[in-house]
Amino acid sequence: MKEMLNREPFALAAFSLVILLMPIWLTPFGANYPDLLQKFAIFAIFAMGFNILFGLTGYLSFGHAAFLGVGSYAAVWSFKLFTMNVIPAIFFGVAFAGIFALAIGYVSLRRSGIYFSILTLAFAQMSYNLAYSVLTPITNGETGLQLTLQDPRIIDNAFTTPGAGLPETNLFGIDMSGYPGFYFCAVVLIICFFITRRIFNSPFGLTLRGIKSNQNRMGYTGLNTRPYTLTAFVISGMFAGLAGSLLAVTDPLAGAERMQWTASGEVVLMTILGGVGTLIGPMLGAWLIKYLENIFSSFNEITLEHFFSFLPEGLQSFAVELASLFVGEGWHLTLGVLFMLIVIFLPGGLMEGWRRLLRRFSGGGGGKSEPAAAVQPAE
Amino acid sequence: MVANSVLHVADVHKSFGGLKALSDVDLNVEEGTTHAIIGPNGAGKSTLLNVCVGRIRPDSGHVVFNGEVLDNHTPFEINQLGVSRVFQTPEIFSDLTLLDNVMIPAFASRDGAFSLRPFSKLRHEATIREEAEKTLADVGLEVMKDREAGSLSRGDKRRLELAMCLIQHPKLLLLDEPTAGMSRHDTNRTVDLLKTIKERGMTKVIIEHDMHVVFSLADKISVLAQGRIIASGTPDEIKGNPKVQEAYLGGAH
Repeated sequence: MKEMLNREPFALAAFSLVILLMPIWLTPFGANYPDLLQKFAIFAIFAMGFNILFGLTGYLSFGHAAFLGVGSYAAVWSFKLFTMNVIPAIFFGVAFAGIFALAIGYVSLRRSGIYFSILTLAFAQMSYNLAYSVLTPITNGETGLQLTLQDPRIIDNAFTTPGAGLPETNLFGIDMSGYPGFYFCAVVLIICFFITRRIFNSPFGLTLRGIKSNQNRMGYTGLNTRPYTLTAFVISGMFAGLAGSLLAVTDPLAGAERMQWTASGEVVLMTILGGVGTLIGPMLGAWLIKYLENIFSSFNEITLEHFFSFLPEGLQSFAVELASLFVGEGWHLTLGVLFMLIVIFLPGGLMEGWRRLLRRFSGGGGGKSEPAAAVQPAE
Repeated sequence: MVANSVLHVADVHKSFGGLKALSDVDLNVEEGTTHAIIGPNGAGKSTLLNVCVGRIRPDSGHVVFNGEVLDNHTPFEINQLGVSRVFQTPEIFSDLTLLDNVMIPAFASRDGAFSLRPFSKLRHEATIREEAEKTLADVGLEVMKDREAGSLSRGDKRRLELAMCLIQHPKLLLLDEPTAGMSRHDTNRTVDLLKTIKERGMTKVIIEHDMHVVFSLADKISVLAQGRIIASGTPDEIKGNPKVQEAYLGGAH
């Protein structure tokens, strides 16, 4: 313990390897198509950022989808007004979400606990409803904000003549659909992981944990908690804006439904499922939910009949009947049951399950020195 | 006001509804001394400390620390001026390790009330880590430094909180019953520890019920009863004061 080994390069390399090889190791799970992989990377960023607020400071925001939406709108506007290059789009997405988070956080963080949650929920619902009503000139209301042939796109049009169809988003000429889009999101995710890890291991991160643990003590310890929580709020808002702009990068349209409270609730579920306050737990939670949403929901009776074909006739139809409640349209039921099981039996989420497994296999002997090392086992 | 006074509580009044918690309280704590405040339950001792750290604002009167009037200071500003406090019920970071518990106050003293360096690494903070380990050793908790603070016994939590205050090298240390709930052995260790701090010249205000602790530590004693200071003086003066005996024996029933 004395001479502290620098684990950072190793952690980064391992993480990058896992992320970049996702198209390969997700093949057996039937989840290796670019559209879903992009979502895995994007929602991992969203959940990771959310966890910087919720996991470290304990402030539970119920309005983070608003920042996701702002990021998407800002990115699409950047595509419409300036260029189809994704770099400015991401920049604007993150910047606008950051400014928005600063304003909402400044007001909401005057309260803590349930009052803070309600305030953020109120702000997000307000944004959602405004997007449908008075802000229609900016958001294009129910139709959603889309690219059109009449868009000025001043930077692109100054250098090239527009083609006949709608242009594609690109990174200096590389189209951002399909696998290139995934790899772009993956690289951004790796950068986000690096940033998050640094925050977790900094005195700043330690202070945020202190706020979660005992805010009263913080004051008598000489620390002004307000700027700390506000910084965490803005950082996590910017992560959400980044995720939102990446959604627009992979599919250049933005709709108000992205800001709805169910979307805010989803990121809470992701974080709790994966493990609140752990480095990679929220990402695992995001993957689990996106997997269920995309794969489980696509199962139908025929898949099930095939799956249960080893059973005798009567039993098979019964099993199919029963299982069909949990797949297809019913995937929310699976999610609900899973969520309850995890909250009841593994309050620390998937990461706690992982830690328990590690402890069991490493044996009782080394138990005493374990806790410090086991905090971030997957690094 | 006395020339070398570190803490001066001047004519402080505080009422909660109809209850007069503090009336006309005047207190001078001289630099480098240990000033004990004793008195029966409900005399207003903890309220007095709360006023000093900015938890409660007095209805009238002032608290002056090192020449600075603390009327509009928040708790964190008062701490940054050099006042640390041990609470009656330990206020610690239960989910964090002992080492982290002590490192947070150390960062607060070094970097101020807010410092934004989200990318600097804890791993590189060797000086603070060593100091934290040393302070934990001072209170006898170094072997448990990687344990979660919430798992400590009540007495150990108190010692941890003391370490959290000591690492800040405060000019003034306020202790609210630092030995309550401790075994005789632990009490003696804490008294010894507090004596060594005295040698370092730290000014202390201590609320205590254990007269053994009071008389082995205090240079001066003030007696608080029903929100008033009824006597102030050296331990010997207080021992022989008839008003004090009356407050303790008569006031308790």
